[in-house]
Amino acid sequence: MRPFVYQRATDPDTAVQVLSAAATANHPLTRATAQPLAGGTTLIDLMKLDVMRPAAIVDINPLAQGWSAIEPGSERLRLGALAKMSDVAAHDEILRNYPVIANSLKLAASAQLRNMATLGGNVMQRTRCSYFRDVSYENCNKRNPGSGCAAMDGVNRMHAVLGTSDQCIATYPGDFAQALIALDATVEVTGRSGTRSMPFAELHKAPGNTPEIETTLQPGELISAFVVPGRWPRSVYLKARDRQSYEFALSSAAVALDVQDGTIRDARVALGGVATVPWRAREAEAQLKGQRFDDRLAQRAADAAFAEAKGRQHNSFKIALGKRVVVRALQQAVTMEI
Amino acid sequence: MTAAAPEPKANMGQPAPRYDAVAKVTGRATYGSDMPLDNPAYAFLVTSAISKGRINSFGLDDAKRVRGVIDIVTHENAPKLKESKLFSNGGYAGTTIQPLKSADVAHDGQIIAVVVAESYEAAREAANRVKVSYTTVTPSASFDSPGTTKAAAKGQNSQFKEDPKVGDFAKAFDEAEVKLTASYETPTQHHNPMELFSTSCAWMGDDLVIYEPSQYVYGLKNGVAEQLGIDADKVRVVNPYVGGGFGSRGSMTPRTAIIAGIARRLNRPVKLVPTRDQGFTIATYRAETRHEIKLGARRDGKLVALRHEGVEVSSRPDPYCVGGTKTTTRLYACRNVDSLVSIVRADRNTPGFMRSPPEVPYLFALESAMDELAVKLSMDPVELRRVNDTTSEPIAGKPYTSRSLMPCFDEAAKAFGWAQRSVTPKSMSDGDWLIGYGCAATCYPTQMGPSAARIRLQRDGRTRVEIAGHEIGTGAYTIIAQTASERLGVPLEKVSVFIGDSDLPPAPVAGGSNSTASTCSAVMMVCDRVRQRLFKALMPNESLTDKAKETVGIGQTPTTQAAKSDRPLDLEKAFDALGAGVVEEYGEWKPEGAPLDSFKAMHSGHVRLVGGAAMKDKIAYAFGAEFVEVRVNRFTHEIRCPRLVGAFAAGRIMNPRTARSQLMGGLIWGMSSALLEATEIDERTARYVNDNFADYLVPVNADVPGVEVILLSEQDDHINPAGAKGLGELANVGTNAAVCNAIYHATGQRIRKLPVRLENIEV
Ligand SMILES: Cc1cc2nc3c(=O)[nH]c(=O)nc-3n(C[C@H](O)[C@H](O)[C@H](O)COP(=O)(O)OP(=O)(O)OC[C@H]3O[C@@H](n4cnc5c(N)ncnc54)[C@H](O)[C@@H]3O)c2cc1C
Ligand code: SF4
Repeated sequence: MRPFVYQRATDPDTAVQVLSAAATANHPLTRATAQPLAGGTTLIDLMKLDVMRPAAIVDINPLAQGWSAIEPGSERLRLGALAKMSDVAAHDEILRNYPVIANSLKLAASAQLRNMATLGGNVMQRTRCSYFRDVSYENCNKRNPGSGCAAMDGVNRMHAVLGTSDQCIATYPGDFAQALIALDATVEVTGRSGTRSMPFAELHKAPGNTPEIETTLQPGELISAFVVPGRWPRSVYLKARDRQSYEFALSSAAVALDVQDGTIRDARVALGGVATVPWRAREAEAQLKGQRFDDRLAQRAADAAFAEAKGRQHNSFKIALGKRVVVRALQQAVTMEI
Repeated sequence: MTAAAPEPKANMGQPAPRYDAVAKVTGRATYGSDMPLDNPAYAFLVTSAISKGRINSFGLDDAKRVRGVIDIVTHENAPKLKESKLFSNGGYAGTTIQPLKSADVAHDGQIIAVVVAESYEAAREAANRVKVSYTTVTPSASFDSPGTTKAAAKGQNSQFKEDPKVGDFAKAFDEAEVKLTASYETPTQHHNPMELFSTSCAWMGDDLVIYEPSQYVYGLKNGVAEQLGIDADKVRVVNPYVGGGFGSRGSMTPRTAIIAGIARRLNRPVKLVPTRDQGFTIATYRAETRHEIKLGARRDGKLVALRHEGVEVSSRPDPYCVGGTKTTTRLYACRNVDSLVSIVRADRNTPGFMRSPPEVPYLFALESAMDELAVKLSMDPVELRRVNDTTSEPIAGKPYTSRSLMPCFDEAAKAFGWAQRSVTPKSMSDGDWLIGYGCAATCYPTQMGPSAARIRLQRDGRTRVEIAGHEIGTGAYTIIAQTASERLGVPLEKVSVFIGDSDLPPAPVAGGSNSTASTCSAVMMVCDRVRQRLFKALMPNESLTDKAKETVGIGQTPTTQAAKSDRPLDLEKAFDALGAGVVEEYGEWKPEGAPLDSFKAMHSGHVRLVGGAAMKDKIAYAFGAEFVEVRVNRFTHEIRCPRLVGAFAAGRIMNPRTARSQLMGGLIWGMSSALLEATEIDERTARYVNDNFADYLVPVNADVPGVEVILLSEQDDHINPAGAKGLGELANVGTNAAVCNAIYHATGQRIRKLPVRLENIEV
């Protein structure tokens, strides 16, 4: 780890000031010389590995009072960015009305990590690509733009099959973001000119030719909250992984359905573990909407979700796996007792 | 009694609580890097980013500017060290690849520089700032890479003496009624003990103290002395607690002499704590293996032909291999046996012992093949083992000293509910999950090595036992204390045990599951000498009659019962008669059949284990049977293992609590070796990719909801005075096969390559 200055953010304005001053126009935000610190479970890790080398970190935990509320309402759910994963996962109303959110959080990481980690930090967590996290590998376009991609023809079992580019195939590793994107959440962002809102789906950027740019956040901007419209009691988060707990998804599906009189009025499907960014499978949703559910329909939806998928040497299995996960998640959602 | 402290059966000691339990759970137990040092400097390693080639130059300016940096040691300015031979070649080292000697790089993550600084943080930061320019040569990563060489193990590895064979395999196989040929593969695995591969070296004048997790303090002491060119008596290795070893700390790694040399030059203690990922390349590991098994049998299941060919990977310079055919050719009755072990050399660090080195990969092959044969024969796999059970090994016809394989199968089958199995594959399920049952045999050689001990008894019964054994988490303190307590007839609370220090009387390497048998046999012998002295003082005119011999404990068999009930010695009176305040005895014990140079080797840190299949007129193994329930998800193909049941017989069980703990950990490890653990190697660069605990998977609690250990009563008077077979490496053998056999039962799919991942399942 390199020496850094530790600063506590006493209020949002100063945090934003310090952070925006440290960001230079032609650098990706992840390379800004000052970085916000929430639970630290991603940031400190990457600093120890010498992957991130901020000269200053701005501890935003003092903002928790205003930024950690869990506010379920009849029209919408608002979640503060500094709410802890564990608190949200255990919240009664979220368990009842947003099982997909509760489970995406509960099935992530370990109890200790969930107690430390925040929702804002969670959606901003960075890829687990081994070549990215080990600076002794020179070829990583995300860490070292223009250097190539060691994973492309290396060990890439955990890598993405959707949203990849010829520059980067790193998986977006988180779980919670799939629930947010499926439920059409918006994200509240606090910056120099106040607070703005945008669809959560616009937060992350696919790698394309610039895998080092991971989000659309502007210099100094902080996530302050997430807002989820409506209620989704018929929703499921299904996660397939190598071990029973404390493990990232090989493939996951966030599914939310609105079924009335046997007809699917609205369907939401998002995929995790298989894509470079939180992935909304709108093609799958289109198959489902307005239809009566049966297993063949589920299969058609799953096929549609992965129609564009491209596998590499070790991760092609994720295409077939991902489809089965979607099918099963849909079946589970349909048969849920609510 | 609780599940954790099972009721002792016949020939079992008491389930005494761990001697070191409170120290460990309260954090008072001091591990290597906890040891206080006076004004230490901190070292951080720089390791190579290539696996083969040369270092052109270092860019050190940036690193040297980091405040607090004292020195950066590279091959250009490293302290000169003498070479050390491989342990199997009369040396101490686990590898002959000596870093910092030249600009050459022989494997991934080789130590290429050591940064020394005033703080750990400064050393680590500077290490991150070291720039290295390399000339890279394309390396050979593993079996299928171009540029590897392959040759028979026999003739290059002096510890691999024979490819066991008997009868006429080719003919018998040819004529067999039922035949099976199958190939199997096991992956690279790393020990990953919790305690990192630290070392701290402090000089006091010409004397060196090393604090380091080691499974062999005498080996390390002598090895480091040899490399530094100093008298071994000047070196002391101290490690009262070792945070796991699993074989990784059995032989010397290059780091120790390097740090000792730097400390000498700086005239200051130096402490090194490498990172988790560096542990993958600066120590040893279990290399990947390949196997071909051929079995020929009669319709009734009797084996008539068995051939096991194994191929293993090693480094370019060192012919390491585990060569498990010595076990697999002898496990079952069969008249015609053939075998061959070969080594493939690649650009890798040298592999080494990892918990049950030969048996884990080799029994995976044999016990999978036995299950396949049972399917071919439409036979219950348990019955196939029964039909081929034997009381003598088939190669030379030597009798097993005791063998409870089938009682283990029967006990475990009963506890598991094997009879409820529906035989047809893919016929059992529960909701989304297909259920499969599988079983396999386990065995592990009974080994012993020469050991010394010193025991001091005070008139109030307080006893001090000194022996340079090792507490690697197995319970060494506890059973050594119990042994002295029982043998001397003093209360357990009065016994203090001192181990993990090379200034104490020598004990063997804590490897090959020999520790209990060796150290306890030595402790028993020395206890008897103490009793004998007191007895003579009290009854100077009485000759040592047979009865009295037993009373003072110099009889042949370890009759702890006798030692207790006939304890006639009134300690106060005996000490008065002796006219002494303390009795202290030192003694050296060696097992039957130990080589002539045993005691000399014991002091110079060379291992002389005897036992297993290598004994002259008998063969000694511990046995067990393992049953697993596997669940395979129809949709995700996730594989889970909700139940593991094992029954084991290992001679005298010194302490059912610590024994159960070892065996339970073994079962979990065995499951893990089937489903989770594998080091991934980048074919292009011969580098380890998943070298951290997030990516190198080991089980979490949720993966092992049900683990049941059954201890069988077994008495074996032909192995060692303690009557103990050693069980630390028994339970993690065969589990991998049992898991795959269960997967076959669940899915109808036979998997012959580990680890089994969900993408390998096709249902
Ligand atoms: C071993 C391990 C296993 C894990 N398994 C899983 C898993 O299965 N599923 C899963 O989803 N996650 C998993 N995680 C990741 C974990 O959930 C994240 O590390 C955690 O959620 C990050 O939250 P944090 O508050 O600690 O973030 P931090 O580490 O503090 O921050 C993460 C990043 O976000 C930035 N940031 C933080 N807060 C904000 C904000 N409000 N606005 C803008 N930027 C911000 C930081 O600068 C940093 O770059 C695992 C982590 C580990 C170490
Ligand atoms: S996949 Fe992306 S993060 Fe991984 S090595 Fe390639 S460029 Fe780097």
